[in-house]
Amino acid sequence: MTAITKTDVLIVGAGPIGLFAVFELGLFDMKCHLIDILDRPGGQCAELYPEKPIYDIPAWPSISAQGLVDKLLEQIAPFKPEFTYSRMVSSLERLDDGSFRVITDENEVFEAKIVVIAAGGGSFQPKRPPIPGIEPYEGKSVFYSVRRMEDFRGHDLVIVGGGDSALDWTLNLQPVAKSVTLVHRRPEFRAAPDSVNKMYAMQEMKQLEFQVGQVTGLTGSDGQLVSATIKGPEGDVEVPCTRMLPFFGLTMKLGPIAEWGLNLHENLIPVDTEKFQTSVPGIFAVGDINWYPGKLKLILSGFHEVALMAQAAKRIVSPGERIVFQYTTSSTSLQKKLGVVD
Amino acid sequence: MTKLTFIAHDGTHFDVDAENGSTVMENAIRNAVPGIEAECGGACACATCHVYVDEAWTAEVGEPEAMEEDMLDFAYEVQPNSRLSCQIKVRDALDGLVVRVPARQG
Repeated sequence: MTAITKTDVLIVGAGPIGLFAVFELGLFDMKCHLIDILDRPGGQCAELYPEKPIYDIPAWPSISAQGLVDKLLEQIAPFKPEFTYSRMVSSLERLDDGSFRVITDENEVFEAKIVVIAAGGGSFQPKRPPIPGIEPYEGKSVFYSVRRMEDFRGHDLVIVGGGDSALDWTLNLQPVAKSVTLVHRRPEFRAAPDSVNKMYAMQEMKQLEFQVGQVTGLTGSDGQLVSATIKGPEGDVEVPCTRMLPFFGLTMKLGPIAEWGLNLHENLIPVDTEKFQTSVPGIFAVGDINWYPGKLKLILSGFHEVALMAQAAKRIVSPGERIVFQYTTSSTSLQKKLGVVD
Repeated sequence: MTKLTFIAHDGTHFDVDAENGSTVMENAIRNAVPGIEAECGGACACATCHVYVDEAWTAEVGEPEAMEEDMLDFAYEVQPNSRLSCQIKVRDALDGLVVRVPARQG
């Protein structure tokens, strides 16, 4: 029997809006657990543009995206949120008592009174490389991650890409594979210089091949690759390929949330503008993932949305309890929760 | 105003007036040029605003910087005249610039 993690509010997505939701919910004494597909908090701010300055956060004339994430983590620390990283939520069901059971892609089970979807543009997933006809090979001889190195033993392996993942796996799988061909568009890499030097040294010793170019075609049948065509500066080259590992970065996909029965509007989740609740009572959607007339995909709008959402969530978590509107500047009880007074 | 021409993959021409200082990508989005997605909004973080600069203009437009070159690794059918349109700033010298939109953005 898998252990069940129970919490008041399960937040899907640990980007800036998911993080600030912890603050607003925390002021109403609701405990939060966040799940994110990335291995750290921050969402797009951390993954896509950590060093880019943002100019429209009130009272911050300029703040880097990572700086904003760091400040949010500091701000929500008093509420001790819990995080589960590198997981995607897969299924959701409503239990008899009205609460929700959410299961991740690694079969962890969560139960929460409220679910808040703050999933931004969706979950980050490996980008399918622009190689025509790749789909039938995926999961059979084309893989986007390495689960077990043994799966590559004795294979003619082609690794595509110029970043750290591509270089690291080229070096690590070389002793296991029958042959390794690294394919990259140009002779410059985005990877650690040490790995690049090692790769060139191994190429020198004929332990692996490095081809400058782009993969333009695949040959094989029934999902089993035989060879790959590489278009290089000197024309097409055919290389043996029974396993391929393309590393083309990440893209965002809505994923299994699409199956949660939330009446999607062009891949966005419609909500009302009083509570930011979805068509399912108890499930809220905030930030870039929601839609309502006049919606603006701004971090600042998401902050507003979580403040109103928290009021509505409190009414569900503590039915009948009077909600008193208070300011953090003057309320001793809020200040106690924030740990700024004894 | 600086004149720009986008040629969509199906051959349709989009002639637009662009303000100096704006990016070529912003003008594509503002004028709904099909095939320019600009998923990341211009942060040079996604390679979905990839264009081919017309041969007559490559010298004037110039070469991509290192960060853009890195990001171009994720684009589809990259050629020597490939650029990310969010990294090309409109200026007087680019009056008449022609760029082509690729078949797909990754």
